[in-house]
Amino acid sequence: MSLLSVEELSVTFTARGRKDATAVDGVSFAVDQGQVVGLVGESGCGKSVTSLALMGLLPRKGVRIGGRAEFDGQNLLTMSERKLRDMRGSQLAMIFQDPLSSLNPVVPIGIQVTEILERHRGLKGEKARKEAASLLDRVGIPDPARRLKEYPHQLSGGMRQRALIAMAVACAPRLLIADEPTTALDVTIQAQILELLKELVDQEGTALLMITHDLGVVAGLCDEVNVLYAGRAVESAGRRELFAHPTHPYAHGLLGSIPRLDAPRGEPLNPIRGSINDKIAWADGCAFAPRCDHYTMECLTGTPELTEPRTAGHQVRCVNPVLPTAEVPA
Amino acid sequence: MSLLELDDVKVHFPVKKGLFFDRTVGHVYAVDGVSLSIEAGQTYGLVGESGCGKTTLGRAVLRLNDITDGGVVFDGTDLAKLPSEEMRAFRRRLQMVFQDPLGSLNPRQNIESILSEGMAAHGIGKDQTERREKIKDILAKVGLPSNALSRYPHEFSGGQRQRIGIARALVLEPDVIICDEPVSALDVSVQAQVINLLEELQESLGLTYLVIAHDLAVVRHISDVIGVMYLGGLVEEAPSDALYAKPRHPYTKALMSAVPVPDPEVEDRRERILLHGDLPSPANPPAGCRFHTRCPWVQETKCATERPPLLDTGDGHKVACHFTAEIEAGTVKQTLATGIEAVTGTETVAAEAVEVSEGETETEVPAADAPEKAPVTVPAQADADAKEKAAAAEETGAKASDATDVEKETADATDEASGATEKAEGSPKA
Ligand SMILES: Nc1ncnc2c1ncn2[C@@H]1O[C@H](COP(=O)(O)OP(=O)(O)OP(=O)(O)O)[C@@H](O)[C@H]1O
Ligand SMILES: Nc1ncnc2c1ncn2[C@@H]1O[C@H](COP(=O)(O)OP(=O)(O)OP(=O)(O)O)[C@@H](O)[C@H]1O
Ligand code: SF4
Ligand code: SF4
Ligand SMILES: [Mg+2]
Ligand SMILES: [Mg+2]
Repeated sequence: MSLLSVEELSVTFTARGRKDATAVDGVSFAVDQGQVVGLVGESGCGKSVTSLALMGLLPRKGVRIGGRAEFDGQNLLTMSERKLRDMRGSQLAMIFQDPLSSLNPVVPIGIQVTEILERHRGLKGEKARKEAASLLDRVGIPDPARRLKEYPHQLSGGMRQRALIAMAVACAPRLLIADEPTTALDVTIQAQILELLKELVDQEGTALLMITHDLGVVAGLCDEVNVLYAGRAVESAGRRELFAHPTHPYAHGLLGSIPRLDAPRGEPLNPIRGSINDKIAWADGCAFAPRCDHYTMECLTGTPELTEPRTAGHQVRCVNPVLPTAEVPA
Repeated sequence: MSLLELDDVKVHFPVKKGLFFDRTVGHVYAVDGVSLSIEAGQTYGLVGESGCGKTTLGRAVLRLNDITDGGVVFDGTDLAKLPSEEMRAFRRRLQMVFQDPLGSLNPRQNIESILSEGMAAHGIGKDQTERREKIKDILAKVGLPSNALSRYPHEFSGGQRQRIGIARALVLEPDVIICDEPVSALDVSVQAQVINLLEELQESLGLTYLVIAHDLAVVRHISDVIGVMYLGGLVEEAPSDALYAKPRHPYTKALMSAVPVPDPEVEDRRERILLHGDLPSPANPPAGCRFHTRCPWVQETKCATERPPLLDTGDGHKVACHFTAEIEAGTVKQTLATGIEAVTGTETVAAEAVEVSEGETETEVPAADAPEKAPVTVPAQADADAKEKAAAAEETGAKASDATDVEKETADATDEASGATEKAEGSPKA
């Protein structure tokens, strides 16, 4: 059984005086021990809301959550606040795009790390300090003893993200959720952080849920990939399968529209027309229909089902998937 | 002759201290001796990591930053030495497109008003009717409906707003457009639309571009020539294809090897040159080669003491490194370990490092505004608090950094429109 299995997760914001807004609209995926699963999609497709729902960090009021999220057999979505807080320290951890906002600006890094060690692992005093220093060292922060005394703003962006990763892995969590952990960083620093995350997964067997808009990052890091569009997974497959045979028109279009460093200059890009604002509600049909070149009337008769038009385990939510003409099933 | 020529341009921002900020205690060497030339009708792409001076250089060309030293020769006239009144006439011919289109568009002005403002200031069109016709024409060119005229910026999507930003530059009939991160705020599926648009416009209007971006793939796609910047200086310059085929400067090699490609086959084969440490502060740049504190090939001689000039190595491929030939021939070896070891065992690596880089592998942190004593009391719930804070920040804070840019760019826009005398505004981002 999977470590985390999410089924039909939905999140609707129900602010008074405003129309209900469904940010996540039936997302399902699973993460195994030692596996990296990617959630990829453009701004507003529901990536962060998904992760916050799993971590129990959405406000309790004005939010309606549906579906299930089983972690080690227990439903995270119905867990008590107390239990969740316990889980968050020890079993689940999360790192965010902007490390500065997740660190306390007026408390030295060292105290922030030892506090976690005290609370969740019962380490005290010199022992906790030693462990904290070794954690910083582990994530590649030079001169850890000195860094422990420093405040978050004294560290560079890359260092802060490392410190945050150190705090996240302090209690050897079984699942790490990383929401755009490298988006705010320079590409050479991003490369360092991605290596570090890879290593954690390889050496500790940590499961990693990687949230990003960068298909390049996904291509190098994730075992399984889920492409989200307007709050729903539209395509899910293994990394190689997905990039070799993008089958949902959105995923297919996305890959065709990204300039690649290794593509010869002058090779034209094929943009997807319109923007994410041009969508219809999933309940009425395919949300991507207004931008889709494969669109037919069938696309407007309710949410398309997930099917496996290519290979087993490669799921696509589309009535007219992109298939090579020779392969079209009779 | 090239349309735009930069000759050893320097932009140094004074660092002020004291009660009235009246003492200059140092300088931020944001741009420190950049020479390059851009041919008419071509695209010059400037890449480099955050803080390396790309935006400052772009703004210096428009004289939105004071030029400390050097020349900016545009169409035969040195703008760096031009009196402000005379600069006005040139300002129309050099336009800028910003990263965050919403931030640079006044939310209370409709599109017609935004676009005609600059035209009126520069005396384009004899009356509003004529201007409106011209605007409609340009709107069609950038792919916006003509009913956009009476609408407001917030009514448009990110990609459409960037089209408005481009239209605002185009109505002034410029020769050169400086695009500062033109697509980095846009969704991936929309980036390609704007990139294609910029290319089409160049084709049809004969525009010359200076494109500033941190995304090497975007820059490679769009540029004829690419310049790679590191800490205020160019380290390499070459035609786009040549740079990709054969990066010669150690920094460019590392940069290229770090760019993720959306293709697992490529990713699995890739050998990353991992740099360790961070970018040093431009307020205190390393002596000699600025890259020597992070360079995997750093040598004991020269690197820490002599700044390598940008030299042509043939075919217009210019490199600023003392050991280009030797690195290529394999006669000098990597001195700093790269790869995973460099990330995890930083201390060992640092210990093995050759002497010159010892003690210099870390960033200089401006200690100036560090709180002297912070409260040591830790809220019992620091952990939960921090996470809640983080959750909240996800919604709002994540955008806060953009907000600063917004302010900066609004200021830019105002500067530009009014052609006012520039003063060094803003504070170091650090
Ligand atoms: N607290 C909230 N109240 C109402 N709507 C919200 C709230 N938080 C998020 N949303 C909406 O939910 C949708 C999904 O947002 P989410 O932050 O998950 O997107 P994302 O995929 O993480 O995008 P990005 O790449 O920009 O981070 C968006 O349309 C957003 O406006
Ligand atoms: N007005 C200013 N006063 C003082 N320092 C400044 C000013 N503007 C920029 N700087 C500093 O100059 C350096 C170069 O900044 P610049 O904005 O040009 O970098 P950049 O390459 O455009 O980076 P990014 O990719 O983050 O936009 C930075 O260290 C910045 O903090
Ligand atoms: S269901 Fe229809 S509109 Fe949606 S992606 Fe498939 S073909 Fe396009
Ligand atoms: S001059 Fe020396 S330090 Fe600089 S890039 Fe060349 S080898 Fe590296
Ligand atoms: Mg998000
Ligand atoms: Mg910039």
